[in-house]
Amino acid sequence: MLRRLQDINVLDLVLWVFRAVIIIVVVWGTIATIIENPYPAVTWTETIIAGIAQGSLYALIAIGYTLVYGVLFMINFAHGEFFMSGIMTATIFLAQPMGESGFLDTYPFISILLITVVTVLVSVGIALLTERVAYRPLRKAPRLVPLITAIGASFFWQNFIRGLYGSEVKPFPQMAIMAGKVSIAGFPILKSHIVVIVATILMLIGLYVFVMKTKTGKSIRAVAENKDVAALMGIDVDRAVSTTFALGSAMAGIAGILYAFVFRQVHFYMGFIPGIKAFTAAVLGGIGSIPGAALGGLFLGMFESVGPGLFLEGLGIPAPHQLKDVIAFTMLVLILIFRPQGILGERLAEEKA
Amino acid sequence: MLKRSFIIVGLLVIASMALAACGGPTFECEDPIGCVTYGADEPIRIASALVISGPNTDLGTDSQYGVEIAIDFKGEIMGHAIELQAEDDGCSAEGGQSAGQKIVSDPTIVAVVGTSCSGAGVPMSEVVSEAGYAMVSPSNTSPALTDPESAWNPGYLRTAHNDKVQGKAMADFAYNVLGVTSAAAIHDGDPYTEGLAAVFAASFEELGGTIVEFTAVNKGDTDMRPVLSAVAAAGPPELLYYPVFTAEGGFLTKQAKEVSGLEGTVLSAADGMISDAAIEAVGEAGEGMYFSGPDLSFSGGLYEDFIAKYEEKYGAKPISVFHAHAFDAANMIFACIEEVAMQDGDSIHIGRQALRTCLYATSGFEGITGELTCNEYGDCADPKISVSQLNGGAYERIWP
Amino acid sequence: MTDKKRIDIREVINQGLLAGLVALSLSVIGFISLLGEREMIAGIFTMGHVFLFAAPVGIASVLAEKIKHENTGKVLGFGFLIGVITALPLIVLIILATSFDIRQFLVNVSPELIHLLTFGQNLVVGSIMLVVITGILSLLAAGLRLLPEIWRRPITSGLAWTLLFGTFSEILLSRVRAFFGRGVAKLVFSGKALNPITALLILIIAAAIAYWNVTKRSKSEQKEVEVSPEKQQKSQRIRVVVGIISLLILPLLLGTYLSEVMNNVGIYVLMGLGLNIVVGFAGLLDLGYVAFFAIGAYVMGILTSEGHLGLGFTFWTALPFSVLASTLFGILLGIPVLRMRGDYLAIVTLGFGEIIRILALSDMLKQFIGGAQGVLQIPKPSIFGYDLTKPEALYYIILIGVLIAAFVSWRLRDSRLGRQWMALREDETVAEAMGINLVNTKLLAFATGAAFSGLAGAIFASKLTSIFPHSFNLIVSINVLSLIIVGGIGSLPGVVVGALILVGLPELLREFAEHRLLMYGALLIVMMLAKPEGFWPSETIKRELHAHKEFEAGSSD
Repeated sequence: MLRRLQDINVLDLVLWVFRAVIIIVVVWGTIATIIENPYPAVTWTETIIAGIAQGSLYALIAIGYTLVYGVLFMINFAHGEFFMSGIMTATIFLAQPMGESGFLDTYPFISILLITVVTVLVSVGIALLTERVAYRPLRKAPRLVPLITAIGASFFWQNFIRGLYGSEVKPFPQMAIMAGKVSIAGFPILKSHIVVIVATILMLIGLYVFVMKTKTGKSIRAVAENKDVAALMGIDVDRAVSTTFALGSAMAGIAGILYAFVFRQVHFYMGFIPGIKAFTAAVLGGIGSIPGAALGGLFLGMFESVGPGLFLEGLGIPAPHQLKDVIAFTMLVLILIFRPQGILGERLAEEKA
Repeated sequence: MLKRSFIIVGLLVIASMALAACGGPTFECEDPIGCVTYGADEPIRIASALVISGPNTDLGTDSQYGVEIAIDFKGEIMGHAIELQAEDDGCSAEGGQSAGQKIVSDPTIVAVVGTSCSGAGVPMSEVVSEAGYAMVSPSNTSPALTDPESAWNPGYLRTAHNDKVQGKAMADFAYNVLGVTSAAAIHDGDPYTEGLAAVFAASFEELGGTIVEFTAVNKGDTDMRPVLSAVAAAGPPELLYYPVFTAEGGFLTKQAKEVSGLEGTVLSAADGMISDAAIEAVGEAGEGMYFSGPDLSFSGGLYEDFIAKYEEKYGAKPISVFHAHAFDAANMIFACIEEVAMQDGDSIHIGRQALRTCLYATSGFEGITGELTCNEYGDCADPKISVSQLNGGAYERIWP
Repeated sequence: MTDKKRIDIREVINQGLLAGLVALSLSVIGFISLLGEREMIAGIFTMGHVFLFAAPVGIASVLAEKIKHENTGKVLGFGFLIGVITALPLIVLIILATSFDIRQFLVNVSPELIHLLTFGQNLVVGSIMLVVITGILSLLAAGLRLLPEIWRRPITSGLAWTLLFGTFSEILLSRVRAFFGRGVAKLVFSGKALNPITALLILIIAAAIAYWNVTKRSKSEQKEVEVSPEKQQKSQRIRVVVGIISLLILPLLLGTYLSEVMNNVGIYVLMGLGLNIVVGFAGLLDLGYVAFFAIGAYVMGILTSEGHLGLGFTFWTALPFSVLASTLFGILLGIPVLRMRGDYLAIVTLGFGEIIRILALSDMLKQFIGGAQGVLQIPKPSIFGYDLTKPEALYYIILIGVLIAAFVSWRLRDSRLGRQWMALREDETVAEAMGINLVNTKLLAFATGAAFSGLAGAIFASKLTSIFPHSFNLIVSINVLSLIIVGGIGSLPGVVVGALILVGLPELLREFAEHRLLMYGALLIVMMLAKPEGFWPSETIKRELHAHKEFEAGSSD
């Protein structure tokens, strides 16, 4: 049986069958859902907006993954913990006391500013420390070695934060300016969702400008292109790598703040799953590519949010939302079968990955 | 070199100590599965096997605190201090088995409070029972564990409510007291929540109600809006029951208030969300929500003392609900040790079968979670499930 | 000269602060106070103290090594200074904790912690004691470096062995009790901790042996001993025989709990051997390896369960189906990823692992495979009507599985296929150009890896007698990957070493309770920093690594 597989055309056939099966199921499910029409329009809009908001968070975290991957070619498994640690600290030391004293609603913008500063400082601090201790000494080691230290760092920070602040769920106070909904084109949309989406767009633009236009951004790109040549050109590689880590973790820290605005509770374990999802998003978009990470995050958020209702509801599958990750990963496989380098990945796929 | 010195050091130490071995037991143990003996200044040792690592840490840590406070309150039994050997059940079957094997390899442990998770309870119950120990779980709720046709073992008891009891009580309350006729249930894939939701749904339909949607989320999910929107679109139901834990429960509660169509739906959850941490997590959104579970105000002053001690000792309000069940479980064990232990000079002997028999015979035991009476398969929880409502940031018992 | 000295002082202050921060961190996360309840040497000190003083002592020792050729006073002074500086952050913590309610932020800054840090004294006396004790301990650690080797080695070795015995005293206690009875156990140990007299005995004995070793070595160093190849071969054969015998009688020595630990290690070794083929030999990064483990376990569970889901097979009749099913899935899931490389492969396989777990958990398949409630009442294996219920008995089943898998891996590694895998690992494009059939080679790697994992899963299911989807999460894949890399990628003994360290050791260190994962994380980082090539690297990889370095000196990738 295996000998027959030697024929490459048989393999192509199998792959086509694979694709066809997924596509048929998806299309069939979608048509069945549309015919059955279980949801009113408001449900669809709510689901889609929730998907975009969730996708924005994934995008912000995924950018950190992709930036680090771009310069070091390593999967920074601990990235989800950078996302978690900043907002956990800010919640305990700032948001909760300020919420109790009423400061949060009296001076909302000062509060947000303070929370942002603390969150970003902590996230960046932890990222730089991790880079210095666990990654930098291993830059010349085989590629799987820093992956393992990253996993170690992930476990370490998770449990370190748990030890600091305790294992229970920490509520993040509701801010009055972000409570409730506004009506856009007749559809009620949560204010916090709007904040997340707008903030993400601004952050993406800012990052793009930074990487493309500033000198530091150029040095990061040079290091990503080729570390040795960059060093020869007089670029401080360590510094560029640190800057990249700082940038990525700052984005993750801000994603943490937005997360707290939307979901209003934080927990020491909150970083692990978004970390994996962001990694998925980065790969989906083409790892190493910043717009790819953003797009991948958005796609992933949408698949998770809309997918179960759209693809599975019509097929009569019980508890479709339980299977949202199955949908997300199946779509990932599907996309990667068509484009093995991800949606926007070009440069890296062949030579480095 | 290292190996050799290790062997030599080991041998020398053991040999020098072996010379000093002396003395023999004068007491004859007549218990069919053995006795535990504690000498003059030896503490009575009990073990806990609760989830104290990983994402469910708060559940197990809270229960362990309950056991520790029970030990503090009790002080000593017949002149012997009480010592706790805390193990981690990892909230998984393999974790439960390892913890169980560790416990039964220590002959000085007399009984176990554990496990936290039903999944860990199944293999542990087997290991512990086979070795002749007894265990009382504060938070296993799976019906299988006390079903002799399924996973029941003779050393297993629990102070937590069997899902069958609680799910049915909630359905009864919803249909007969609140008068709702349509409901939806959401679980998170945990055996506890899935079992409870399933029993609720079945009982509710049996009573004549309709379940418009029985669905699930995943542990670790944060965005519950899609699933809540689907629930809203399917009904919307008059009542939504989601017997999950604090993290997922907090998300569900807050987001349910923001999803169009669920404005008029009554929210309800189970004892996995009866805790101060859960009150804080649901915040304003949880006002008026119903919770099935034990009635902790039942015991009057005892629970208040307990809470005071808890805050003093651990610097926080209780982070979950099962500390109460764990406290009761530990006290049940203490009461039985007192009953069956035989004084022999300065030492005491505890027959393992006698302890089991005594535990199974527990009847009308006054605990924080109610009056505990064990049935023949080890279900000891007070059958009176109460329903509380969250009013002004505190639970208030409204039924029965 | 003065300039140099000033830099040194600054360095000392930095290092002291570093040590202080480590000690402070360990304190505020509750690590020190948790271990403070666990006495190491009864009545003298606890494990908490060991960790509290570990950082200053370690750093003082390292620093002293650097400057030991300079004058004695400086070494001792700097040692003392490091200890004193270390204590400063802790004193700040003590003052804060006694004057404010910082516990509402940091839950683990408990009265017990402050009690431990101040040695039960009041604020002033306790702080002074803390400074003096850390100072003296660091001074001693630095001073130790000044002693000639003949004194230094016995002292360090004596201390190390005492601490080691103290750390594992719980395990030792259970073994001593099993072999010599409770009377002896009570003499050697007080509670769980070592008796001071025992500790002293261990210290003296270990020191004496080290002394003896040092003196003997200095004598034997002159005559280089040449060992003839025959003799070497013979001694290797003896070692193999001794190894096999000790593997066979191991459960008798270890008792129930340690056999259980060995069984868990064995199951991970089995999985590690499989993943080693996929990642180590063929270079295909698989993060969803748990999928095949789950399939093996579920097939075994469904086929043999005595509950309502079961089909009434026995362990032995179900075993081939388990292995076959996971092998098939290995090929099936291998096909879509054939064209993917590196990290794309990693995330897709991770996705497969999650898909399998979620499907096992789902309500959709609940009526067939139990959903969240899992599969219960799986019988344990039995031989000739004898049920292998005890861990000591199950050990042999796992041992046989591991030996088979190790043998197969070993033979495959040196086969034609094994060389094809390695070519694939080095460079896919070149391998293809050399005429290697990528499709077959990759699929065979996936299939073989999956088969081992399926076997592990099948044994796991019948060992546990109940399986739940939660047992098959991503952490398992991560653990297996970590253990083969910690052991040394591509190396067969490395898998065993890695499993012993990452699965066995955490089991033995259950005292760390809720901090076990923290220790695990720290352990992964430290081990990789210390030994990036693994603890038992394979010969080929070691050679390749060095060749690579020479060839591409300075190239980073």
